[in-house]
Amino acid sequence: MCFLLLTAFAITRAHDLLATVMLLSIYSLLCASFFVVMDAVDVAFTEAAVGAVVSTLLLLSTLSLTGRFEKPQREKPLFGLIIVLTTGALLIYGTLQMPPFGSAAAPIHQHVGSYYINQSYAETGIVNLVTSVLASYRGYDTFGELVVIFTAGVGVLALLSSQKSYPIAPIDKTILPAPMKQHHILRVVSKMLIPLILLFALYVQFHGHTGPGGGFQAGVIFASAIVLYTMIFGLQAALDVISVAWLKLFSAFGVLIYSSVGLLSLLSGENFLDYSVLAQAPIEAQHLGTLAVEMGIGITVASTIMLIFFSFSGQMHSIGEAQ
Amino acid sequence: MSEVINGLSVICLLLGGLASIIAAIGIFRFPSFYTRMHAAGITDTLGSGLILIGLMLQSGWDTTLAKLVLILLFTLITSPTISYTLANAATTNKDAAK
Repeated sequence: MCFLLLTAFAITRAHDLLATVMLLSIYSLLCASFFVVMDAVDVAFTEAAVGAVVSTLLLLSTLSLTGRFEKPQREKPLFGLIIVLTTGALLIYGTLQMPPFGSAAAPIHQHVGSYYINQSYAETGIVNLVTSVLASYRGYDTFGELVVIFTAGVGVLALLSSQKSYPIAPIDKTILPAPMKQHHILRVVSKMLIPLILLFALYVQFHGHTGPGGGFQAGVIFASAIVLYTMIFGLQAALDVISVAWLKLFSAFGVLIYSSVGLLSLLSGENFLDYSVLAQAPIEAQHLGTLAVEMGIGITVASTIMLIFFSFSGQMHSIGEAQ
Repeated sequence: MSEVINGLSVICLLLGGLASIIAAIGIFRFPSFYTRMHAAGITDTLGSGLILIGLMLQSGWDTTLAKLVLILLFTLITSPTISYTLANAATTNKDAAK
């Protein structure tokens, strides 16, 4: 907690934006360890993968587009400080009424929470409680989250590819040598690591039933392997492997898988995302449904992150050509 | 037998913690970028490696052991690479190293 506060303070003080990004990454990592201490391993996993890795990468690629240093600010933002202080004081005042930290008698643990804890394994047969809640009980919410991610990807694409210089057309390889060509160690090590990272992503994807993991984390890890490949071997090499058109298709395909599972049950006369139509035995049906839904999540998350990163680095390339 | 393994594991954990602390001190106290990186790189690999070995001795024959071995391999590959990348970046643009 103390470290969290210190890092947050350092973030506001730093003027070097690169340092700010690094501090943000440290902040996410601290958050993740904080979640581990609170036994929320799934959340910690997601925080480490998304907060510490992917958002840092995206912020760094934004920085390479915009520039490293903050503009000097002359006026003191006193008004903002007053607003922040008041809001903070109100929030702290609100926490005074809350039940003590970790108390089992808190209202949040009284209603559906205890039902999930007691009934989840019997009803879904999924060992990991978080996965069963995420994909089965609260499948509708998760569907919303997936659509949000998809929409974010579409938004970034719409913003960044509006200029005509976006290099979907193949770039002349003689002009743009692959970056890091002289770094043999980096190339060899990343060649060794990328298959392992991809394998680990698949493990996380399919291990979500029994341990911490699932579609969101697996998608992020998968995408980060491809991002590593792009950074070492160049955008063109990565685009040769997975083209932007395929990524667009895949990011929509994941949402399609999720929603078609829902529609399938709707057409069979059950509720939306009721998995019981997928198989005879209810537990088997839950397994199938969760698996399909997690696949959809993984595919969409991975391809959306790759799309965003590709469009950023495409911008970088076009700027480099212009200079 | 179990006491021997336990003692070894405690020694490994303590040494690993010591190495990490030495690395932290070195990062703050050494004069130039390269010496700092030396402190961070070498003692960090040693520290995390020793801590992982100590944890492996604690875990017994289990899937946890396999995971710890994988983590150890991963750190053994990545952290020298990170040191190399840092040193390389420092030599290519010398202003940033100061």
